[in-house]
Amino acid sequence: MRERFANGFDPFVIPFLIGMAFVLGYCIVAMIRVYFQLPKPDRKRFLVSLVTPRTAWKNIKDIFLNCLIHVKLWKRNKVLGYMHSSIAFGWFMIIVLGHLEVMLFVPERIHLFYYPIFFNYFVAETEQTLPGSLLMFLMDFFLLIILSGIVLAIIKRFASRIVGMRRTTRLSLMDRVGLYSLWAIFPLRLLAESFTAHISGGSFLTIPANWIFRQFLGNDLHALPTWWAYSIALCVFMCVLPFTRYMHIPAEMLLIPMRNAGIKIRHPRKGFALLEVYSCPACGVCIDACPMGVRKANCKDATVYLNRQLRRGNERRIAEISDKCLLCGKCSAVCQVGVEGPELRVAQRERRKYALTPDYGMIDAASLSQHLSDLPFCGPETAPVEGSVLYFAGCMTHLTPAIRRATTSLLDKAGLSWKMMDPDGGLCCGRPLMMAGRSETAQELIKKNVEIIRASGCNTLLLSCPICYKVFKEEYPLQGIRVVHHSVFFQELIAAGKLQVQHEDGLRLVWHDPCELGRGCGIYEQPRQALSAAADLVEAGRHHAESICCGGSLGSLSLGFEQRRPMTQNALKDLTVADPDQIVTGCPLCLATFSRYADRPVHDIAEILDGRS
Amino acid sequence: MDFGYQINPSSAVNLDQVDRRRYDALVRLSPDAATCMGCGSCSATCTSSAWSGMSVRKVLLGLQRGRDAEVNRMLSACMLCGKCTMVCPRGINTRQLILTLCRLDKNGEVVR
Repeated sequence: MRERFANGFDPFVIPFLIGMAFVLGYCIVAMIRVYFQLPKPDRKRFLVSLVTPRTAWKNIKDIFLNCLIHVKLWKRNKVLGYMHSSIAFGWFMIIVLGHLEVMLFVPERIHLFYYPIFFNYFVAETEQTLPGSLLMFLMDFFLLIILSGIVLAIIKRFASRIVGMRRTTRLSLMDRVGLYSLWAIFPLRLLAESFTAHISGGSFLTIPANWIFRQFLGNDLHALPTWWAYSIALCVFMCVLPFTRYMHIPAEMLLIPMRNAGIKIRHPRKGFALLEVYSCPACGVCIDACPMGVRKANCKDATVYLNRQLRRGNERRIAEISDKCLLCGKCSAVCQVGVEGPELRVAQRERRKYALTPDYGMIDAASLSQHLSDLPFCGPETAPVEGSVLYFAGCMTHLTPAIRRATTSLLDKAGLSWKMMDPDGGLCCGRPLMMAGRSETAQELIKKNVEIIRASGCNTLLLSCPICYKVFKEEYPLQGIRVVHHSVFFQELIAAGKLQVQHEDGLRLVWHDPCELGRGCGIYEQPRQALSAAADLVEAGRHHAESICCGGSLGSLSLGFEQRRPMTQNALKDLTVADPDQIVTGCPLCLATFSRYADRPVHDIAEILDGRS
Repeated sequence: MDFGYQINPSSAVNLDQVDRRRYDALVRLSPDAATCMGCGSCSATCTSSAWSGMSVRKVLLGLQRGRDAEVNRMLSACMLCGKCTMVCPRGINTRQLILTLCRLDKNGEVVR
């Protein structure tokens, strides 16, 4: 080992140093800004989580697995997983090994920022020693890994279908500059190291390359310009990084600890929301996932473009994208980083100003409560007992009376005492208001509904609508009352033997996971278990968390009737790939939407169970 | 003079004096409002009509007849549950229509 230059400096490192100083300065300022934009309790919670051993360990693990190895992406798409982790992990390893080399061979130079990066230019090392040959081998090995990732990235850019993506993100100009400089960095590094390999040593990649180049170049005059080019490529990449999608690299490292600390979006543009926007790597997985994407015109309304417009501050487009979304949550389910597309959109909706605020003062909750408590119970008991069920049909179930009929009939068959909260129509649960960004007014309805529920004396609240179920479960202060969706409730009754369901052989059913029930509340298996007691179950093309929204969602404010049709038809096509006899769902809204265009019967799970018990 | 009874105030609408700025703005912003044929499906299904008399049909009529107070009272009772959208035979996006109306001030300008 010997140092080639006594002063350990060459002007070509200056571009690298400029880029490094810029990007470090920018990121530190940005992180401090995000931190101080958080509300005070969140800040405290974040700091506490950093020193709590359990969350601190989880942070390290998550950052390693998600930022470097891209585990989630591997699970979804092996080629994309390899592509991203090869570049991220390979680059990380090259930096780590570079530092190791400096620490091992020239520890006095460790304070020089650029030394580990340009080690092979400054230090001539021989591959005769074990550490030398091992480190050089590893350097070449990881460089090869990165280069293979870059080749895949180039293929993906020009033919995304080969790597399993139907559509990929349309890049902005800055993103292109960042992308091309990123592509340039590693081939330039290979060239630079190859040109100096006969002086500084190398391994299986650089030494043969060096030999080949010397055969027809015959001199070393290309070495220094290539090191310059390598340094400049790094400088360009780091200088444009804050303005490109590559900002996700530093942003995600802050996002993960903040998410692990339990911080939520509190402001549409500041703090955690800002961090999520910057953490979007614009990989474009959400474009293919979005159910609106069946119409090509809607592709630009995917979450990746919302994040871009939020960064640009394009208010017109932000409003348009936020209002259009069905809030089905599939983009969040497939997102590798965990950007919460629906929550971001609802936060934007909440910013909107209205000339007219709803006023529900006219609703007399006291008399509604009185009316409900005077209502006699159906079933064996006349007074509320442990296990009395209060059935809230909700607005949408009133539009599909078959569900209500089947549900009440099943309650009778199970021999339960029950009463209905809204036999003649009741109040809305408040979730549609929340989806429209009017949560304060929703609170008014929540308060009144809670009063009515408490007056009933029941300790189980049964819901046949997942939209209601989610809000009752998450937003209502109903301690001591069990909130349950009818699919789960009936599955339990079947399992306990209180409901006898006849299995109909040869009848093939497909279960559609409603967005609010599946992705929204994580209920996937209970309805399937209940249905398999009644008939044979087949799966849709996309199911569980990947299930496709029916297109009827209340989440979208601006999508019209005709614009929703192709989405419903696409979801139906996917549901019927296994050619089931009937389609079954657990949401009255999905039922009504599918019934419009389906070529076979669509039923609610309660109807199926009621018909066979 | 007090007869002990009185007749109702006139409910005649002078269409020449009706301020239609809000309705015009609504039709500009969500054009399908103009396709309403007044079938009353929305009135029949409305969740809040039981205690407020809310109905999208009546809102649209009221706007064209200058019954602003009644329209505002009905609009502020809407819970956005979306049943009217589901049943509308013309496929009018009634929720968007209501939200758009709530954003308009009395001059038909969008508040910012």
